[in-house]
Amino acid sequence: MRKTYFIVSFVLFWILISPSSLMAGEGEGGAESENREAHGKEHFNTAGLVAHHTSDSHDYLVELPFFHKTIHLPVILWTKNGLSIFSSARFQGDNEGKVVVNDDKGNRLVRKHEIIYYADKIEGMEHPSLMDYSLRPLDFSITRNVLAIFFVFLLLSITLYYARKAYENPKRLPKGVAAVLEPIILFIRDDIAKENIGKHYEKYMPYLLTVFFFILYSNLIGLIPFAPFGHNLTGNILITFVLAAIALVVILASSNKHYWKHIFTPPVPKLIWIVMVPVEIAGIFIKPFALMVRLFANILAGHTMMISLVALIFIFESAKWGIVSGIFVVFMSFIELLVAFLQAYIFTVLTAVFIGLALEEGHEEEHAAEGSIQATR
Amino acid sequence: MNLTSPETLVFWMTLFFLIFLFLLTKLGWKPILTAIKEREKSIEDAIDEAEKVKREMAQLKADNEKLLQEAREQREQILKEARELKEKMINEARSEAEKARSEELAKTKQMIEAERQAALKSIHDQVAEISLQIAEKVLKKQMGDKQKQLDYIKQNLSDLKLN
Repeated sequence: MRKTYFIVSFVLFWILISPSSLMAGEGEGGAESENREAHGKEHFNTAGLVAHHTSDSHDYLVELPFFHKTIHLPVILWTKNGLSIFSSARFQGDNEGKVVVNDDKGNRLVRKHEIIYYADKIEGMEHPSLMDYSLRPLDFSITRNVLAIFFVFLLLSITLYYARKAYENPKRLPKGVAAVLEPIILFIRDDIAKENIGKHYEKYMPYLLTVFFFILYSNLIGLIPFAPFGHNLTGNILITFVLAAIALVVILASSNKHYWKHIFTPPVPKLIWIVMVPVEIAGIFIKPFALMVRLFANILAGHTMMISLVALIFIFESAKWGIVSGIFVVFMSFIELLVAFLQAYIFTVLTAVFIGLALEEGHEEEHAAEGSIQATR
Repeated sequence: MNLTSPETLVFWMTLFFLIFLFLLTKLGWKPILTAIKEREKSIEDAIDEAEKVKREMAQLKADNEKLLQEAREQREQILKEARELKEKMINEARSEAEKARSEELAKTKQMIEAERQAALKSIHDQVAEISLQIAEKVLKKQMGDKQKQLDYIKQNLSDLKLN
């Protein structure tokens, strides 16, 4: 009974929330709606909507039913003239490089598509280069996603704080938060770490758990479409890049002599080394690269799908589509819920597999056997 | 998806991840993992202990069984011995009685024999005396008639001649 009530309220909430927050987003994406009003019923900018909802930004728009408020987050820049900190409110929501901010250090700054440039350097440029650091200061702003990262870790800390209480008497069965957490911890320990890493698994447990829960929580808060949730963290390639880079560091840090021997002197005839060695070296980086792209693409695709489904209402400009979209969005939510767990699991298990490969001791007998086969040829 | 400057998120993500990895490891994961391990160990120990106790119980039961068996055998033995003793005692008593009886019998027989001998002897004596008396009487009577005495002697003498 209680379960049914919970599911029904979840579904209703979803249907209620999604369009309202999207409409808010539409209203905020000023340029798009202006465009639309100017050209009459031309077309609804779905791509813009998706971009708006999956992007990071200096301003955090809190979207709740009957409550819309933009929180201006601090901009922190390392400019030519030193550290400069000011509120993002000073850009007045501009993203087209029109509003020039004169900061305390005497820099003239503009914001173009969420990137802050020196106003003088990019004058007249349509698409200034992102990676040219003479055109822009280094940006260490507390953006919406930075806040979300902190929020995720805060949630995780709170979870662990409550979970730990259950372990004050370790002989008792876990209760409450710990009862939910423990099966996952045991699963990661027994089926991911022990299975793939082997006897040194204990050293990697905190890392694997942190990665798993960070990805899981990020995925889950991405599914809840209202403040303080609804951030696209794991669908942001920069975040998956950092996760993959850390995984690479962990893999390389745990690598042994045999791992490198296998890369530089693979157990194949010497002639094939010309092909094999570069492939093996590329493989070192391809593994974490695959981790990065897989997670990013899966989550971003999910978000895009959801937003596009809701956008159907606006594309067809008919409230009746709300019913269809609502049903589809609820259906997709369940799939995304599965994906949230699945992707966290995949990232963790593959990291564990790669660590296991790096840690693997040599199979001397195997190589000896291969050698004898070569000799008989 | 529009990105902000890449360094923003990379910097903060790395920083937060490392800080929280450290904190969560120290304050969260390590204690929880240790607690789980401890509990698993205690469960394992409890199971081992139960197994041990079970084994001990089985051992005890086997010992008891053995003891019981031994007791039973001992009882059997004792009973057997008692039975044998009884048998022996009865036999002894019986043979003793037999012996006593036969001795008694022999003695009695002897006594009877002696009595009989004595009786016989006295009868003999009396018979001899009576015979003498009779003979005396007969003789007295016989010898009263001289002719008859002579006839008798003559008869005896003629028998001698014939011989």
